[in-house]
Amino acid sequence: MHMTASPHKVSATGGAGSGSSSIVETLTEFARRRKSFWVVVSLAILFTAWEIAGRVPISFAFPTFLETLSALIEMALDGTLLPAYLITFQPLILGVAVSAVLGIGLGIVMGLSDKAEWLLAPVFIVLQAAPMAALVPLVTFVYGIGLVAKTLAVIMLALPVIVLNSYKAVRHVNPSLVDMCRSFQGTRLQQIFKIIIPDATPVLFAGLRLGIAAGFIGVMLAELLITPTGIGDLITYHRSVANYAHMYAAVASIIAVSTLTLAALQYVELRFLRPEKRRK
Amino acid sequence: MANPIPLRTADDATSDAIVEVREICKRYGDIEALRGINLDFERGKLTTLLGPSGCGKTTLLKIIAGLVPATSGQIRINGRVVTGPGPERAFVFQDFALMPWATVLRNVAFGLELKGVSQAERHRIARHYINEVGLSGFEEKYPHELSGGMRQRVGIARAFSVNADVLLLDEPFSAVDEQNRRKFQEDLLRLVDKERKTFLFVTHSIEEAVYVSDRIVLLSPRPGRVSQIIEPAIDRSAAPDVIRRDKGYLDVVEEIWQGLRQYAE
Repeated sequence: MHMTASPHKVSATGGAGSGSSSIVETLTEFARRRKSFWVVVSLAILFTAWEIAGRVPISFAFPTFLETLSALIEMALDGTLLPAYLITFQPLILGVAVSAVLGIGLGIVMGLSDKAEWLLAPVFIVLQAAPMAALVPLVTFVYGIGLVAKTLAVIMLALPVIVLNSYKAVRHVNPSLVDMCRSFQGTRLQQIFKIIIPDATPVLFAGLRLGIAAGFIGVMLAELLITPTGIGDLITYHRSVANYAHMYAAVASIIAVSTLTLAALQYVELRFLRPEKRRK
Repeated sequence: MANPIPLRTADDATSDAIVEVREICKRYGDIEALRGINLDFERGKLTTLLGPSGCGKTTLLKIIAGLVPATSGQIRINGRVVTGPGPERAFVFQDFALMPWATVLRNVAFGLELKGVSQAERHRIARHYINEVGLSGFEEKYPHELSGGMRQRVGIARAFSVNADVLLLDEPFSAVDEQNRRKFQEDLLRLVDKERKTFLFVTHSIEEAVYVSDRIVLLSPRPGRVSQIIEPAIDRSAAPDVIRRDKGYLDVVEEIWQGLRQYAE
């Protein structure tokens, strides 16, 4: 009985060498099962490269990863980060909400009606092609330096991409499904709400993700170009006093927040709107 | 006293045609897809539109369905002129046209959902037809979890669920592999027999047409016209493999091939 013990049991009762190999096995098993393992590996490589680049150093104004991390923790604990975010989020959330509602609405109307397409598509194609950063200072002439101007900056960047993607989403709906709805005498409203919008959902959400990413660009432009507030103020202030670790910590934190927001949106889409994707 | 008999026959002759196609023409710009089509489709029969690609058979079926407008001519269903889709017709699509976000149950019940039938009632009807097409146990699956043949069974169950008099099938088995196709044809014949509906079937397979049809309409291409009508007199009570080896069956296949070979490249 004891002579026929499994190799696994031998390694478990063996020396330190076989103990570490079982850790490798566990990790391999974990990596096979969960894709998040590779996300962690990818980030670890990025942060290590950052740390090395900071230690070389490639520039006196480029802090290491660990310096940046400790600056971030310091700012989070001394109560400068949270209030800054509360200020930055105001124009961001307002602007993204307006862009999402207006953008998806206009995009769907343009997708459904040729007249609306002729009227609106050229405007948004020009707006998407235009370098919006150049127009942000113009907004301050008209709306000053307050919340309205910053919200407008967010909308200017987020709206065109949401509109054009929503429009494309509706135009690329499977025509066979629309025919199917017609053949069963579905009304135009049933066609729109039961076929066109559900079939357009993946592309609508792709547009929404691009729009939110553009909204983050918009709010940072506004906080750097109009007046320094929120995270923009943290970046500007720490740069002016050569506190580069803190400046990078603010930049890195807004990147992280933006990434997490987009990931959350994708989760919401897959979890609640695409039941057929849930079992994959 | 002796009169009623011939009179009733005359009456039957007109009322037996559930779908009447009168002088249908269809042009797409400069291209003439269909020219002067006149056809009657008998109630309770399975009629196939057969022809090479480009003969307008799918276009004609979609005109009958009311999905595509005719350039000129008339479609009458039960004697009434129709210009759009109606409850007396149900369509089965070549590419299945299933909603990828909906379960088999919801897809099958969708025609009833559009008509405002209550959920309990439409699910009851849908479950019945899911069972009829042999998909019991797959009610909660999504289309991407099914094979091509199973997806088309969903499409057929959906068409049955709305209880239309006429079922229009547009190359329903063209995306289904050969083995499943044969099984499918046998199942279809069983359903035709059981449901007592009128079927209009488009295919480009001669064997399929001869095997399933009471009547075959051959269309010739550019522009699409009716070139020949064949009524294969095959005893369908025989077993499928007997039918497929039957001399009458093989003769009709050959006859159609002789008519169509001039169009083959």
